[in-house]
Amino acid sequence: MAVWYLMRASGVTTTLLLTAVFALGVATTKRWHPSRLPRFVTVALHRNVSLLAVVFLALHIGTAVADPYAHVGLLAAVVPFTAGRRALWVGLGAASLDLVAALVVTSLLRRHVGLRTWRIVHWAAYLVWPLALTHGLGIGSDAGALWLQTVNAVCIAFVAFVVLWRLRGAGAGTKHVERTRAGRAVTEPEAA
Amino acid sequence: MSALAERARDAPLVATGTASRLLPRDSREDISWSTHLERYGPLPPLAGHGESLLSEVERSGLTGRGGAGFPTSVKLRAVASRGSAVVVANGTEGEPASAKDAVLMAHNPHLVIDGVLAAAAAVGARKAIIALSRRASTSAAQLTRALAERPGPAQAIRIAGVPDRFVAGEESALVHWLNGGPAKPTFTPPRPFERGVDGRPTLVQNVETLANIGLIARFGADWFRSTGTRSEPGTALVTVRGAVARAGVLETGLGAPVRDLIDRCGGLAAPPQALLMGGYFGSWLPAPVALDVPLSTEGLRQHGASLGARTIVVLGRDACGIAESARITRYLAGESAGQCGPCVFGLPAVADALEIVASAGDGVSAALDRLPRLGAQIAGRGACHHPDGALELVSSALRVFAAEVELHRRGACSAPAAAPLLPTHRERSDWR
Amino acid sequence: MTHELRVDPILCDAHGHCAELLPELIRRDEWGYPILSASAVPVELTEDARRAVSSCPRMALLLERRD
Repeated sequence: MAVWYLMRASGVTTTLLLTAVFALGVATTKRWHPSRLPRFVTVALHRNVSLLAVVFLALHIGTAVADPYAHVGLLAAVVPFTAGRRALWVGLGAASLDLVAALVVTSLLRRHVGLRTWRIVHWAAYLVWPLALTHGLGIGSDAGALWLQTVNAVCIAFVAFVVLWRLRGAGAGTKHVERTRAGRAVTEPEAA
Repeated sequence: MSALAERARDAPLVATGTASRLLPRDSREDISWSTHLERYGPLPPLAGHGESLLSEVERSGLTGRGGAGFPTSVKLRAVASRGSAVVVANGTEGEPASAKDAVLMAHNPHLVIDGVLAAAAAVGARKAIIALSRRASTSAAQLTRALAERPGPAQAIRIAGVPDRFVAGEESALVHWLNGGPAKPTFTPPRPFERGVDGRPTLVQNVETLANIGLIARFGADWFRSTGTRSEPGTALVTVRGAVARAGVLETGLGAPVRDLIDRCGGLAAPPQALLMGGYFGSWLPAPVALDVPLSTEGLRQHGASLGARTIVVLGRDACGIAESARITRYLAGESAGQCGPCVFGLPAVADALEIVASAGDGVSAALDRLPRLGAQIAGRGACHHPDGALELVSSALRVFAAEVELHRRGACSAPAAAPLLPTHRERSDWR
Repeated sequence: MTHELRVDPILCDAHGHCAELLPELIRRDEWGYPILSASAVPVELTEDARRAVSSCPRMALLLERRD
């Protein structure tokens, strides 16, 4: 029974952490940092929180596979849509896991896989959060509980805000030099 | 008088004269293949003779005619040693003041093709491209016609029309474009000789350098060295324009004083103030100094100048050197590939400051103080030498026109209404 | 074995992390782009240099071995 609770708890924690990772990733691109803290903190937090999320994700999958009531084999946890029961919802989780694995590997081996590969995988990273969240919503373990609904609602609202923030601003994410060329309406990076 | 060089509005003429290996003796000479063979004789068999050709180029002491002056044999060997090579003939001539490559391709396309074939044999390349500016329609037409006349390997040479931008001829930019990207420089290493077109070792060589290889293949190193200087043998094509009677492209052995070239252009058209040596990445020299300088790398180096794009522009006394330099700096700032912060932000700031100085209005002293601070932040910090070249022009202008600068500080200018002299492109194409 | 730092100016987008993590060797110009005061990295700063390289969101800072 403890395993069951641990599986659900680690799943919810992972969702919260992935929400934070998503926000911190966008914040890095947008050059946001808490005032009074150095700039590198944002990307460092993004990385560290993502590793923490991986830990909780591993716990979540380990307990799900170990739990006899969950009926999730190791294969189903890793290869999307091969579970017998609730193949769709488990599959979404598996897909999210696969992306996370790709992200971790390409990021740790960043210098060896090359910039183009790393970038492509990191663009795909935007899918991790919606896959994970939908997995959580559909898997049905605690779906009705008010506390979980609240957590999910907060995460969704936060991500929606972050996405709007990301899309706002002249070509957010393009380089400074490109925005200068576009007509000198540029947010200058502060000089040291 | 030839009107075939598209680069300049005032059609530079092909001057006949002392040295004429590369340019025809008479600009009205026809340039068919049969005439070419009559004049130069056939190319010797190239297949299987790569190594002996490499040695011959090495013995000849041929250096690059594109601006860097690098020993050609070193480049050839670097590519040859890697196998599966590609040859790119660089006829893009992004420098607006230069017309020598256009004139060469228009008047002696067969010799350029000979050079491409010889270089390809020397480095073991089975793919060759002649790259020229999209605007150079006459050169393209002449080369196409010349290629069509020749059987065999020449048929495999492709002609590529490159976007008309100043930096498009930089070797990594050219390779970038040939690989399907924009004509913008890339971060090096790897350099093209290691990994270039299609990821293969690529020899990028100026068309004039290749034409010389076409001659060395026939006549050998000793013949090649029979003119020019010991460190820079052979002939060189030089564009001369500005306050001269007849602007033009001349062929000369290096080492002769600049004055000789001016005389071959019909002499000065007005009392000279200064000469811009080496194109827009070059340096100004005061006229009395410049006219007596031997035109060679060593001769120019002693005055802090270089051959560069082998372009000499004479500025008369009725012009303001600062205003001309400000115009060119603004042009160069606009020709930035827009990839590196120090260039994208720094060059326009330098152009702003120089324009303030040129205006002789308020803020000249502040602008003059700002310039060295800007220069220190820009130099050496781009992926290519574009910002450095522009800074070289600016610093030489401030040095040579120091008296004019003082005048501007006090709110005056010796030639406030002078017409612009140095050319810039008419319209800019995009990067692809 | 020593190391050398290099900036890829095309990738660099003036995020500024490197100057924060390795102020002994890197400062920023007036537009925010990094200026390396020296390319050779003193041995005692190698770890800091690695952190700076790793922190760059654009992979624009390179640490290369020089034997």
